[in-house]
Amino acid sequence: MTEAAAGPSPLPGADLELVAALRRGDEAAFLTLVERHHASMVRVARSWLGNQALAEESAQEAWLAALQGMARFEGRSSVKSWLFAILANCARRRAAREGRSVPFSSLVPGGEGDDPAVEPSRFLADDHPRWPGHWARAPEPWAEERLLTRETAEAARRAIGALPPSQRQVITLRDVEGLGAEETCGVLGLSEGNQRVLLHRARARVRAALERHLRGEEEEA
Amino acid sequence: MRPPVPTEMSCRELVELVTAWHEGALSMADRTRFEMHLCLCTGCRGHLEQMRRTIEVTGRLAEADVSPAAREDLLRAFRDFVRGKGGPR
Repeated sequence: MTEAAAGPSPLPGADLELVAALRRGDEAAFLTLVERHHASMVRVARSWLGNQALAEESAQEAWLAALQGMARFEGRSSVKSWLFAILANCARRRAAREGRSVPFSSLVPGGEGDDPAVEPSRFLADDHPRWPGHWARAPEPWAEERLLTRETAEAARRAIGALPPSQRQVITLRDVEGLGAEETCGVLGLSEGNQRVLLHRARARVRAALERHLRGEEEEA
Repeated sequence: MRPPVPTEMSCRELVELVTAWHEGALSMADRTRFEMHLCLCTGCRGHLEQMRRTIEVTGRLAEADVSPAAREDLLRAFRDFVRGKGGPR
Protein backbone atom coordinates (compact mmCIF):
# COMPACT_ATOMS: atom_id res chain seq x y z
CA MET A 1 0.00 0.00 0.00
CA THR A 2 2.77 2.36 0.84
CA GLU A 3 4.40 1.56 -2.48
CA ALA A 4 1.27 2.49 -4.41
CA ALA A 5 0.86 5.68 -2.42
CA ALA A 6 4.45 6.64 -3.10
CA GLY A 7 4.09 6.23 -6.86
CA PRO A 8 2.88 9.06 -9.06
CA SER A 9 -0.33 7.30 -10.14
CA PRO A 10 -2.55 9.29 -12.45
CA LEU A 11 -5.49 10.75 -10.56
CA PRO A 12 -8.89 10.21 -12.12
CA GLY A 13 -10.34 13.57 -11.12
CA ALA A 14 -13.96 12.52 -11.20
CA ASP A 15 -13.36 9.79 -8.65
CA LEU A 16 -11.58 12.20 -6.36
CA GLU A 17 -14.45 14.66 -6.50
CA LEU A 18 -16.78 11.83 -5.62
CA VAL A 19 -14.74 11.01 -2.54
CA ALA A 20 -14.95 14.67 -1.53
CA ALA A 21 -18.75 14.54 -1.98
CA LEU A 22 -18.81 11.33 0.02
CA ARG A 23 -17.26 13.12 2.96
CA ARG A 24 -20.24 15.47 2.86
CA GLY A 25 -22.57 12.44 3.04
CA ASP A 26 -23.65 12.68 -0.61
CA GLU A 27 -25.67 9.56 -1.41
CA ALA A 28 -25.54 9.98 -5.20
CA ALA A 29 -21.77 10.18 -5.07
CA PHE A 30 -21.65 6.98 -3.06
CA LEU A 31 -23.87 5.15 -5.54
CA THR A 32 -21.76 6.35 -8.46
CA LEU A 33 -18.64 4.98 -6.80
CA VAL A 34 -20.46 1.73 -6.08
CA GLU A 35 -21.55 1.42 -9.72
CA ARG A 36 -18.03 2.11 -10.82
CA HIS A 37 -16.09 -0.14 -8.46
CA HIS A 38 -18.22 -2.65 -6.63
CA ALA A 39 -18.30 -5.36 -9.30
CA SER A 40 -14.50 -5.09 -9.57
CA MET A 41 -14.14 -5.34 -5.82
CA VAL A 42 -16.26 -8.48 -5.70
CA ARG A 43 -14.14 -10.04 -8.47
CA VAL A 44 -10.94 -9.15 -6.68
CA ALA A 45 -12.28 -10.49 -3.36
CA ARG A 46 -13.16 -13.67 -5.18
CA SER A 47 -9.54 -14.12 -6.10
CA TRP A 48 -8.92 -14.63 -2.37
CA LEU A 49 -12.09 -16.34 -1.31
CA GLY A 50 -13.06 -18.35 -4.37
CA ASN A 51 -16.70 -18.02 -3.43
CA GLN A 52 -19.19 -15.47 -4.68
CA ALA A 53 -21.18 -15.01 -1.47
CA LEU A 54 -18.08 -14.54 0.69
CA ALA A 55 -16.60 -12.21 -1.92
CA GLU A 56 -19.75 -10.09 -1.90
CA GLU A 57 -19.69 -9.84 1.90
CA SER A 58 -16.01 -9.03 1.89
CA ALA A 59 -16.54 -6.23 -0.65
CA GLN A 60 -19.33 -4.76 1.45
CA GLU A 61 -17.08 -4.88 4.49
CA ALA A 62 -14.44 -3.04 2.46
CA TRP A 63 -16.88 -0.26 1.55
CA LEU A 64 -17.60 0.29 5.20
CA ALA A 65 -13.90 0.34 6.02
CA ALA A 66 -13.40 2.82 3.17
CA LEU A 67 -16.10 5.11 4.54
CA GLN A 68 -14.51 4.95 7.96
CA GLY A 69 -11.10 5.62 6.53
CA MET A 70 -11.93 8.20 3.86
CA ALA A 71 -10.77 11.11 5.96
CA ARG A 72 -7.28 9.67 5.61
CA PHE A 73 -7.49 9.29 1.82
CA GLU A 74 -5.14 11.86 0.36
CA GLY A 75 -5.57 11.15 -3.32
CA ARG A 76 -1.98 10.10 -3.75
CA SER A 77 -3.11 6.82 -5.29
CA SER A 78 -6.13 6.33 -7.52
CA VAL A 79 -9.45 5.78 -5.78
CA LYS A 80 -9.53 2.35 -7.36
CA SER A 81 -6.24 1.20 -5.92
CA TRP A 82 -7.12 2.77 -2.56
CA LEU A 83 -10.34 0.74 -2.51
CA PHE A 84 -8.53 -2.39 -3.66
CA ALA A 85 -5.92 -2.04 -0.92
CA ILE A 86 -8.67 -1.85 1.70
CA LEU A 87 -10.43 -4.75 0.05
CA ALA A 88 -7.24 -6.82 0.01
CA ASN A 89 -7.00 -6.43 3.78
CA CYS A 90 -10.62 -7.38 4.32
CA ALA A 91 -10.43 -10.35 1.97
CA ARG A 92 -7.17 -11.58 3.45
CA ARG A 93 -8.58 -11.43 6.98
CA ARG A 94 -11.77 -13.09 5.82
CA ALA A 95 -9.84 -15.84 4.05
CA ALA A 96 -7.85 -16.49 7.24
CA ARG A 97 -11.07 -16.65 9.31
CA GLU A 98 -12.66 -19.04 6.85
CA GLY A 99 -9.58 -21.22 6.85
CA ARG A 100 -8.85 -20.29 3.27
CA SER A 101 -5.57 -18.62 3.98
CA VAL A 102 -2.98 -19.05 1.32
CA PRO A 103 -0.12 -21.36 2.23
CA PHE A 104 3.07 -19.40 2.29
CA SER A 105 4.77 -21.54 -0.32
CA SER A 106 2.32 -20.46 -2.99
CA LEU A 107 3.14 -16.80 -2.31
CA VAL A 108 6.75 -17.34 -3.19
CA PRO A 109 7.53 -17.66 -6.85
CA GLY A 110 9.56 -20.80 -7.21
CA GLY A 111 7.68 -22.33 -4.31
CA GLU A 112 5.40 -23.99 -6.79
CA GLY A 113 8.09 -26.03 -8.40
CA ASP A 114 9.21 -25.92 -11.96
CA ASP A 115 6.42 -24.37 -13.95
CA PRO A 116 7.40 -23.76 -17.57
CA ALA A 117 5.31 -21.24 -19.52
CA VAL A 118 4.91 -23.65 -22.41
CA GLU A 119 4.78 -27.43 -22.22
CA PRO A 120 8.39 -28.67 -22.65
CA SER A 121 7.36 -31.20 -25.31
CA ARG A 122 6.54 -28.30 -27.61
CA PHE A 123 10.28 -27.65 -28.02
CA LEU A 124 13.14 -29.57 -29.56
CA ALA A 125 15.90 -30.74 -27.22
CA ASP A 126 18.46 -28.16 -26.06
CA ASP A 127 21.17 -30.29 -27.69
CA HIS A 128 19.36 -30.60 -31.00
CA PRO A 129 22.09 -30.34 -33.68
CA ARG A 130 20.34 -27.75 -35.80
CA TRP A 131 17.55 -26.10 -33.82
CA PRO A 132 18.33 -26.39 -30.10
CA GLY A 133 15.37 -25.35 -27.94
CA HIS A 134 13.41 -24.31 -31.01
CA TRP A 135 9.70 -24.96 -31.48
CA ALA A 136 8.97 -28.58 -32.38
CA ARG A 137 5.38 -27.58 -33.00
CA ALA A 138 4.96 -23.84 -33.51
CA PRO A 139 1.94 -21.99 -32.12
CA GLU A 140 -0.92 -21.78 -34.56
CA PRO A 141 -2.80 -18.55 -35.10
CA TRP A 142 -6.10 -18.34 -33.27
CA ALA A 143 -9.31 -17.67 -35.17
CA GLU A 144 -10.47 -14.15 -34.40
CA GLU A 145 -14.18 -15.00 -34.36
CA ARG A 146 -13.70 -17.83 -31.86
CA LEU A 147 -11.76 -15.56 -29.53
CA LEU A 148 -14.76 -13.29 -29.21
CA THR A 149 -17.21 -15.98 -28.15
CA ARG A 150 -18.71 -16.37 -24.71
CA GLU A 151 -17.28 -19.91 -24.54
CA THR A 152 -13.75 -18.59 -24.92
CA ALA A 153 -14.34 -16.01 -22.19
CA GLU A 154 -15.69 -18.80 -19.99
CA ALA A 155 -12.60 -20.91 -20.68
CA ALA A 156 -10.44 -17.97 -19.54
CA ARG A 157 -12.58 -17.49 -16.44
CA ARG A 158 -12.26 -21.17 -15.53
CA ALA A 159 -8.53 -21.10 -16.11
CA ILE A 160 -8.15 -18.11 -13.79
CA GLY A 161 -10.33 -19.83 -11.20
CA ALA A 162 -8.04 -22.85 -11.27
CA LEU A 163 -4.83 -20.84 -10.67
CA PRO A 164 -3.00 -20.84 -7.34
CA PRO A 165 -4.41 -17.92 -5.30
CA SER A 166 -1.36 -15.66 -5.56
CA GLN A 167 -1.33 -15.97 -9.36
CA ARG A 168 -5.07 -15.47 -9.50
CA GLN A 169 -4.82 -12.27 -7.46
CA VAL A 170 -2.14 -10.80 -9.66
CA ILE A 171 -3.80 -11.60 -13.00
CA THR A 172 -7.16 -10.36 -11.70
CA LEU A 173 -5.71 -7.01 -10.73
CA ARG A 174 -3.47 -6.61 -13.76
CA ASP A 175 -5.40 -8.05 -16.68
CA VAL A 176 -9.02 -8.12 -15.59
CA GLU A 177 -9.10 -4.85 -13.65
CA GLY A 178 -6.34 -3.15 -15.58
CA LEU A 179 -4.21 -1.94 -12.67
CA GLY A 180 -0.57 -1.11 -13.35
CA ALA A 181 2.34 -3.14 -12.02
CA GLU A 182 3.16 -0.63 -9.31
CA GLU A 183 -0.41 -0.36 -8.06
CA THR A 184 -0.72 -4.14 -8.03
CA CYS A 185 2.45 -4.47 -5.97
CA GLY A 186 1.03 -1.92 -3.55
CA VAL A 187 -2.33 -3.64 -3.19
CA LEU A 188 -0.84 -7.11 -2.75
CA GLY A 189 2.30 -6.14 -0.88
CA LEU A 190 4.52 -7.82 -3.47
CA SER A 191 7.91 -6.89 -4.81
CA GLU A 192 8.02 -5.96 -8.47
CA GLY A 193 9.95 -9.13 -9.31
CA ASN A 194 7.52 -11.45 -7.54
CA GLN A 195 4.57 -9.68 -9.10
CA ARG A 196 6.08 -10.20 -12.52
CA VAL A 197 6.79 -13.88 -12.02
CA LEU A 198 3.28 -14.53 -10.73
CA LEU A 199 1.77 -12.60 -13.65
CA HIS A 200 3.92 -14.50 -16.11
CA ARG A 201 2.87 -17.89 -14.77
CA ALA A 202 -0.76 -16.88 -14.60
CA ARG A 203 -0.84 -15.57 -18.16
CA ALA A 204 1.03 -18.62 -19.40
CA ARG A 205 -1.51 -20.97 -17.84
CA VAL A 206 -4.46 -19.01 -19.18
CA ARG A 207 -2.85 -18.99 -22.63
CA ALA A 208 -2.38 -22.76 -22.48
CA ALA A 209 -6.02 -23.21 -21.42
CA LEU A 210 -7.22 -21.03 -24.30
CA GLU A 211 -5.06 -22.98 -26.70
CA ARG A 212 -6.61 -26.24 -25.52
CA HIS A 213 -10.06 -24.71 -25.72
CA LEU A 214 -9.56 -23.36 -29.23
CA ARG A 215 -8.18 -26.68 -30.43
CA GLY A 216 -11.29 -28.28 -29.03
CA GLU A 217 -9.23 -30.37 -26.62
CA GLU A 218 -10.54 -31.65 -23.33
CA GLU A 219 -9.94 -29.05 -20.62
CA GLU A 220 -8.26 -29.92 -17.38
CA ALA A 221 -10.68 -30.26 -14.51
CA MET B 1 27.66 -26.04 -39.27
CA ARG B 2 26.20 -23.99 -36.48
CA PRO B 3 28.04 -20.84 -35.44
CA PRO B 4 28.25 -21.01 -31.64
CA VAL B 5 26.93 -17.53 -30.95
CA PRO B 6 26.85 -17.35 -27.17
CA THR B 7 24.14 -14.72 -27.06
CA GLU B 8 21.65 -16.60 -29.19
CA MET B 9 18.30 -17.04 -27.46
CA SER B 10 16.29 -20.23 -27.86
CA CYS B 11 12.52 -20.31 -28.24
CA ARG B 12 12.29 -22.19 -24.95
CA GLU B 13 14.15 -19.36 -23.26
CA LEU B 14 12.18 -16.63 -25.01
CA VAL B 15 8.77 -17.82 -23.86
CA GLU B 16 9.92 -17.46 -20.25
CA LEU B 17 10.91 -13.83 -20.79
CA VAL B 18 7.77 -12.57 -22.52
CA THR B 19 6.31 -10.87 -19.44
CA ALA B 20 9.62 -9.35 -18.39
CA TRP B 21 9.94 -8.00 -21.93
CA HIS B 22 6.38 -6.64 -21.89
CA GLU B 23 7.04 -4.92 -18.58
CA GLY B 24 10.32 -3.43 -19.76
CA ALA B 25 12.22 -5.37 -17.10
CA LEU B 26 14.88 -6.99 -19.29
CA SER B 27 18.46 -5.84 -19.31
CA MET B 28 19.54 -4.12 -22.50
CA ALA B 29 21.50 -7.23 -23.52
CA ASP B 30 18.57 -9.60 -22.98
CA ARG B 31 16.18 -7.24 -24.65
CA THR B 32 18.38 -7.13 -27.71
CA ARG B 33 18.66 -10.94 -27.81
CA PHE B 34 14.91 -11.20 -27.34
CA GLU B 35 14.07 -8.80 -30.13
CA MET B 36 16.65 -10.23 -32.50
CA HIS B 37 15.22 -13.69 -31.98
CA LEU B 38 11.72 -12.36 -32.55
CA CYS B 39 12.72 -10.84 -35.88
CA LEU B 40 13.86 -14.23 -37.13
CA CYS B 41 11.28 -16.56 -35.61
CA THR B 42 7.68 -16.86 -36.77
CA GLY B 43 6.94 -19.41 -34.04
CA CYS B 44 7.83 -16.97 -31.28
CA ARG B 45 5.96 -14.16 -32.99
CA GLY B 46 2.97 -16.49 -33.01
CA HIS B 47 3.44 -17.17 -29.31
CA LEU B 48 3.65 -13.47 -28.52
CA GLU B 49 0.48 -12.88 -30.48
CA GLN B 50 -1.27 -15.60 -28.45
CA MET B 51 -0.12 -13.94 -25.22
CA ARG B 52 -1.49 -10.62 -26.49
CA ARG B 53 -4.82 -12.29 -27.32
CA THR B 54 -4.88 -13.97 -23.92
CA ILE B 55 -4.53 -10.59 -22.20
CA GLU B 56 -7.32 -9.23 -24.41
CA VAL B 57 -9.71 -12.08 -23.59
CA THR B 58 -8.91 -11.75 -19.88
CA GLY B 59 -9.60 -8.02 -20.06
CA ARG B 60 -13.11 -8.70 -21.28
CA LEU B 61 -13.99 -10.57 -18.09
CA ALA B 62 -14.41 -7.23 -16.32
CA GLU B 63 -17.95 -6.61 -17.46
CA ALA B 64 -20.46 -7.15 -14.69
CA ASP B 65 -23.15 -5.19 -12.96
CA VAL B 66 -23.87 -4.55 -9.34
CA SER B 67 -26.78 -6.69 -8.21
CA PRO B 68 -29.80 -4.69 -7.00
CA ALA B 69 -29.58 -6.50 -3.65
CA ALA B 70 -25.96 -5.51 -3.14
CA ARG B 71 -26.81 -1.94 -4.11
CA GLU B 72 -29.58 -1.87 -1.51
CA ASP B 73 -27.33 -3.31 1.19
CA LEU B 74 -24.61 -0.81 0.46
CA LEU B 75 -26.98 2.14 0.39
CA ARG B 76 -28.39 1.07 3.76
CA ALA B 77 -24.87 0.77 5.15
CA PHE B 78 -24.03 4.22 3.82
CA ARG B 79 -27.12 5.77 5.40
CA ASP B 80 -26.35 4.08 8.72
CA PHE B 81 -22.82 5.34 8.50
CA VAL B 82 -23.87 8.92 7.80
CA ARG B 83 -26.46 8.83 10.57
CA GLY B 84 -24.10 7.18 13.03
CA LYS B 85 -21.50 9.83 12.45
CA GLY B 86 -23.97 12.68 12.33
CA GLY B 87 -22.54 13.23 8.88
CA PRO B 88 -19.00 12.21 7.96
CA ARG B 89 -16.31 14.83 8.25
